[in-house]
Order: sequence, then C-alpha cells, then structure tokens
Amino acid sequence: MSPRRVSAQADAVGRRDRPLLITVDGEAVEGIDGQSIAGVMLAAGRLGWCRGVSGAARGVFCGIGVCFNCLVTVGAERDVRACRRRARDGDVVTLQSRKPSTPGTVQESGTEDG
Amino acid sequence: MTPPHVTVVGAGPAGLAAAETALTAGAEVTLIDSAEQPGGQYHRMLPDAYAAVRPERLQHGWRAFDRRRRRVLAHPRCTWWPDTTVWALERLAPHEPGPPRVHVLCGPADGADRRRLRLDPDALVLAVGAHDRMLPFPGWELPGVFTAGAAQALAKGERVVVGDRVVVAGTGPFLLPVAASLLEAGSRVSAVLEANVTATVARGWSQRPWELAAQAGKAGELAEYTAALIRHRVPCRTGRAVIEARGDGRVEEVVTARLRGDWSVVPGSERTIAVDAVCVTHGFSPQLELPVAAGCALRGSSAGEFVDVDDDQRTSCPGVYASGEITGIAGAPAARAEGALAGWVAGGGDPAAPALRHLRRSRDQGRAFAERLVRAHPIGAAWHGWLRPETVVCRCEETDYASICRAVTNVASAAARVAKLETRAGLGPCQARMCGPTVAELSARLRGEPLGRPVEGLPAAVPHHRPIAQPIRLGELAGGPDHIPNDTA
Ligand code: FES
Repeated sequence: MSPRRVSAQADAVGRRDRPLLITVDGEAVEGIDGQSIAGVMLAAGRLGWCRGVSGAARGVFCGIGVCFNCLVTVGAERDVRACRRRARDGDVVTLQSRKPSTPGTVQESGTEDG
Repeated sequence: MTPPHVTVVGAGPAGLAAAETALTAGAEVTLIDSAEQPGGQYHRMLPDAYAAVRPERLQHGWRAFDRRRRRVLAHPRCTWWPDTTVWALERLAPHEPGPPRVHVLCGPADGADRRRLRLDPDALVLAVGAHDRMLPFPGWELPGVFTAGAAQALAKGERVVVGDRVVVAGTGPFLLPVAASLLEAGSRVSAVLEANVTATVARGWSQRPWELAAQAGKAGELAEYTAALIRHRVPCRTGRAVIEARGDGRVEEVVTARLRGDWSVVPGSERTIAVDAVCVTHGFSPQLELPVAAGCALRGSSAGEFVDVDDDQRTSCPGVYASGEITGIAGAPAARAEGALAGWVAGGGDPAAPALRHLRRSRDQGRAFAERLVRAHPIGAAWHGWLRPETVVCRCEETDYASICRAVTNVASAAARVAKLETRAGLGPCQARMCGPTVAELSARLRGEPLGRPVEGLPAAVPHHRPIAQPIRLGELAGGPDHIPNDTA
C-alpha cells in the first residue's frame, strides 16, 4: 500500500472536499482544494518524484520545507518545494532531476544562488 | 507618541503569544509566517478549504489556541502576513540603533512573482521554531522514509497518511504523538521504537519528580497518546532502533536491532519488518539561520546550539528577542511563556510588571523539563556504528560516509569549509540544514575533538550561516522591494 488521504466520510474532523485536478508530467492527478502539491502526489500513490545527483528517486522527507528533497517545476517555475506549495486547480507540474545530463556537468538547482 | 512597531517572525505557540502581549503593551505588530495559517508545527491547522467542522479533534489545547489566534488576527493594531518568508535580515551600521532590517517575500512558496517588501521595526521577535533532527542510516534516502515531523504535518495538516504499515522510530516523546496521529488517521503502526534503553529513559525522567508536577498538562497529553497506543496494541520497545531501510526504489522493509545504552548495536539482535513507510526522529534542530543572520550570540549545550537570551528573552543583538524552540527544545507551554515575555518587553511593556512573574516561572519550569528531556533521550555516542562506507550522509549531494571519513582524516582539508568543498556535503539545495549537525559531529569524532564545541578561531555558528536565509529568485532580487509598509503608516 501507499500513502493515501483519509476519506472524507470517515474523517472525524468532518470536512467537505472540493476536488481539483493537476497534471504531473502530463498525467492527470486528482487532489482536493487546500492540499499541497506533495500531498496531492502522495495521496495519488507517488512516493519518489525527483531524481537526485545519481538518478536515485527522492520525494517528501521533512514535509516542512527544510530538506529540499521534494522539488518540482510548477508551470514555468523551477525548484518549487512541493510540500510548501498549495496545489491550484490546473497546475502543470513537471518532474525534475539533478542527475547530470552530460557526463561531467552537474545541473544545479539554482534556488540558493547568493 | 507613536506606538513602537514590533515584527514577530513565526506564528507558532511562541510567536502568537508574543504578538498578543506586544499588542497588550500597546505596540503595532506585524506577524509573519511562511504558512497560510498561524499555529506552527504544534497547532498545524487544516486548510480553510477543507471546511472542517470539528478541527479540535486533531489538536491539543485547540480552544485556547483558537481564541488567541482570533484575538490576535482581529486586533486593529495587528497586521497578519501569511505565506510570507523572511529571506534576509540586513544588519544596520553599528551606530544606528535597533534591530536589523527585515526583507520578506509574500506569495506562494518559491513562486516567481512574490511581492518583495521591507520592514524597519523597532523590535524584532524571532520565533521560528525547529525541525526534526535525523541521524543517517543505510537506506534512509529511500522514498517512504520520512521524518516524524513530515508524517505529523501530512496527517494533521492535510489528512494524508504516509502508509499503512508504519514503523515509528528514533528517540524522544515526539514518537508518541506521531504514532497517535497515524493511528487516528487509520494507518497501522507496526511498532514504536525508542532507541534509548529503559534505564536511560527512567533515570532521566525520575530525577527530581517534583519538577514534573509543574508539567502536568504535558504529562496528561503524553498519557493520552500512550493510551491510544495500548488501545491499538502497538508494540512499543525501548533500546531498539531502525538501523537500515531496504527496498527497490522505495522502502519495503526495515531492519531493527537492539541497542546498548551507548547505542552500539547488539550483534545478532537484528529483525526485519515489512513496512510501506518509516518515520524517524532523533530530536529537534533549532532553525538558527535568522538569529545568526541578525547577529545573535549562540550558547552551546549538550543538546546542541541555541540562541542565548537573558531573563527578558533579549538576545545579544539590540532590539532582537528570541523565543520558543530556538532558545531550547522545551515544548509548547514553555514556548508560549517565552513568547509572551518577549512580546511584552519588545512592545515596550515594563519588564518588572508583577504579571510577568508566573510567565517567568512557567518558562523556567519548561526549561527544567527540556533538560530532563535531554537526559532521558540523548543521542548515544556509538550511533555511527550502524553506518556503512557507502551510507549516504548528505542527502542532497549523496556524499557517503567513506568520503566524509577520507576528507576529515586528510589533514590538508581538515578545516570544515575545505572538507565541505571536497566532499560537497552540505553544498546541496538544503544548504546543510539536514546533514550539517551530523557532518560536524562525525568530523569532530574522527579528529578526536570534543563534541558540541565550536572550532577554535571560527565563528560559533558556521553551519547556520546562510547569507540568503530562504531561496529568492534572481528576477525577484533584481526587481527591488515594492514599498516599505511601516514608513507609509
Ligand atoms: S519534503 Fe523537505 S522540503 Fe519538501
């Protein structure tokens, strides 16, 4: 089994879900309004969505914006922490990789240039 | 006389309390948080869009929190900036009085066109909290291995459970609420493992029991979590840890083992448990980049470095106050007391006001509780025994243990900075937030130096020094600030 969202009927907090739809690398993924992009992807059964420098899969680790292991591209914005960004209906998410595409060049994520 | 302007960074238990007392003292308050809602990690709220009718089901002390939140946000002298990140604190010239200038970005996290604003407050209260400390182990980089805080945030903040067969492991009382939230959300917790042996835990908690009476609320909260674990028949063990996670592209099983008091692994005690998620915590790391950027002095302790504050929560930096987990990991009640003190004094309130006496008392009780926590749930000195040469230590750059050993023992590169460049450990996107304390500890150990002491000749806070505290895009940087809100007020 994989991560999942508690069903609204079974949820003790009594919530009302408004569905939303995002695409992840072109594939439609359903979530609910208020979720983070990471939450939407996890609840859809995705665990590892970015590739580290060796190409190994990474996904949510810290869940609160500290580890930068969950980076995705949203629309034209690269390096968005999926755990911190609210999903909006129609968001176009593209997955990222830090694996060098040609030997010897490291594709930097460029978020922390300073 | 115009009221002083107090900027409070962080709207968790400490920051919210600070905002409230600063308002009571008569100040104008700007309350900033990177989340959409106040509450921090402890009172993490469901999104408004969930329209939850019984949010109190997931929260301890919800009523009091909810009242305070409403009072603060509705106050005419309070400006609430949600979704706002402080990306830099700019220190003023030495002759200029007051705290540093606060540079913020408002808008969706890591967005490209956030509003860039600047604040020049009369006082700054930092209440930015902490995040999970997690020691590396073989396979900890696999998807499905989460910090305990991540599991908690997902369950409480958006009703997502990380798995259906979960092991919760590490050390400290935080293991209990995390396991309890997973159970509440319907997942199966296969085991809760506290790495410290019973004798360590018992020794830590049983000394000076009268101090504990003051923390009755906290004790009651823990008892409730324990009851939930018993009700669900969750096996809870002490002196046992997850020493490896395995799986093909994601975690599928964990290896647990019995530990001695110093966390060395008892050979032959290994067991394998099938899981679909594992949640680990080894305590908390304070988020020190903003205090360090402001120039606040730190103090070292057996639990690591924290912001040094005086009896009124003043830091070494004029006009800058600190409260909550950045001054010591002492839990929500102590954080609230510290925040309330900081906010009152920062807002111009009289530090000798009699009403502060009980706040100081509950802060001091909280600190005693924190010390106990450290004694009962220390990180064992022999923990690195479960590392293998190929174990990833820096998750971002995938630097393994062998490379760190090589870099550190090579005398020519023994300075922390050089080791960092040679191995790339700590140079990835997280800027050493995750691996920094571990690399520092392993390096000191490999060089045979005492732990927890800053390296001679280097500023104490080297691992926390990040000129840009949070990512800002070049376009945003080039655009310049929109306006200075409190100059026009
Ligand atoms: S999971 Fe750590 S930053 Fe998103």
